[in-house]
Amino acid sequence: MLDAILGGLNGLISGFVHLHWSNPVMIVVGLLLLYLGIKKGFEPLLLVPIGFGAILVNIPLAGLMEEEGFLRIIYDAGVMTELFPLLIFVGIGAMTDFGPLLENPKIFLLGAAGQFGIFLTLALALALGFTKLEAVSIGIIGACDGPTAIYVTSQYAPHLLGAVSVAAYSYMSLVPVFQPPIMRFLTTKKERMINMGSVKKSVSKTTKIVFPLIVTIIGGLVAPKGLPLLGTIMLGNLMKECGAVARLTKASENEIANIVTLLLGISIGATMDGRLFLTHDTLIILALGFLAICLDTVCGVLFGKAMKIVTGGKVNPLIGAAGISAYPMAARVAQKEGQKYNPKNYLLMHAMGANTGGQVGSVIAAAVMLSVLKGMGIV
Amino acid sequence: MDNLTFGVSMIVVGMGGTLLTLWILSLIMVILKKIFPYKAEDEGKNHG
Repeated sequence: MLDAILGGLNGLISGFVHLHWSNPVMIVVGLLLLYLGIKKGFEPLLLVPIGFGAILVNIPLAGLMEEEGFLRIIYDAGVMTELFPLLIFVGIGAMTDFGPLLENPKIFLLGAAGQFGIFLTLALALALGFTKLEAVSIGIIGACDGPTAIYVTSQYAPHLLGAVSVAAYSYMSLVPVFQPPIMRFLTTKKERMINMGSVKKSVSKTTKIVFPLIVTIIGGLVAPKGLPLLGTIMLGNLMKECGAVARLTKASENEIANIVTLLLGISIGATMDGRLFLTHDTLIILALGFLAICLDTVCGVLFGKAMKIVTGGKVNPLIGAAGISAYPMAARVAQKEGQKYNPKNYLLMHAMGANTGGQVGSVIAAAVMLSVLKGMGIV
Repeated sequence: MDNLTFGVSMIVVGMGGTLLTLWILSLIMVILKKIFPYKAEDEGKNHG
C-alpha cells in the first residue's frame, strides 16, 4: 500500500521533476507578453493568446504539442496549412480603407520604400550564417506584418515560427516608440514643418471597387506564389467597397478575424517550447527583426525626402515613415510628429495613404520574394 | 547558388520587382481615376 501511495505522490510531482531550466524562463516570457498585452495595451489581441500559449506549452508532460495534443491539432490545421494568416487577411482587407492611397497614387511608392528593410535584413541574416530559407523568413519580419511573416515562415522555416512571429508582432506594437527618434534624426525642422494641405475627395466608388481586382490580377501575374496573400486581402476589400455583401464583410472583420486571431495566437505561443526557443539563433532573430523594422523607417523617410525634392517641396518626408504595414499606428506617429513642429499641419490622411500603401507593399514584397525564390529554383 | 549571389539577387530582383509592381499599380490607379471620375452623387450611395 505504501508503494501505491508513493507511486501516486510521484505522479503528482512528476511535472516538477521533468521541468527543464528553460521552461520556467519561458513561463516568465509568457507572463511578460501577457503583461505587455494586458497592462501596456501592446497588440493585446495577439500577445494575450501568444503569452498564454507559451505558458501552456512549457508545462511538462501535458503533451499539448504532441501528436494528439489540442494545440498540435490547431497548429497543424491552421498554421501549417497557412489557413489562419490568410483568413486574417480577409478581415484586414475588409477593415482597410484604401481611399487615402487612391487619392494620391504616387504615395504608393512610399509603401515600396518601406520594404527595403526586408531585403537588407535578409542579406545580413545570410552573412550571419542562416540558411537561405531561414534568411527569407527573418527578413520578412521587416514587412512589419504579422500574418505575412507567419505565412512565409510556416512554409520555409517552421522551426523559427515562434521567434519570427513574436518579433513581428512585438515590434509592430513598438512602432510609436522607436520611429520618432529615427524620423527626427533624418529630417530637418523645416522639412518636418511642411504642410501638405488637405486631402481632396476625388475617388469614385467604381475606382474603389475596381482597385482590389486590378491589384489581384496584376500582382498575381507578377508574383503568382504570393497570390493567396494578395487575393485574400483584396477579397476582403472588394466585399467592403462593393457594399453588396455586408453580412460577409461584417463576419470577416469581426467573427472570423476574432476566432482566427485567438487560434493563431495560441498556436504561435505553442511553438515557444523553451527547449527549442531559447537558443542563440532566437536572440539573433529578435535583433535582426528590430533592425529590419528600423531600416524600413530609415528607407521610408529617405524616400520621402527624395519625393520632397522631386515634387518641389510638396511632400513632408515624415509620411515616408508610415510606408510600413503597421496600420494605423505608423500613420498616427507621422501625424503626431508633424503637428509637434507645425500645429497647423494635418498629415494624417496623407500618412494613411502611405500606410495603406505599406500594407499592399508588404504583401507585394512577400509575393515577389516567393516568386523570385521559385524562379531561382530554391523552393 | 552561393549566399552572396543569392543575397544580391534577392535585393536587386526582389526590391526592384516590388518597386516596379507598385509603380505600375500607381499608374493604373491614376488611369482608373480618369476613367471613373469622382461624382458627388457617389457619396452615400448604398449598394448593399
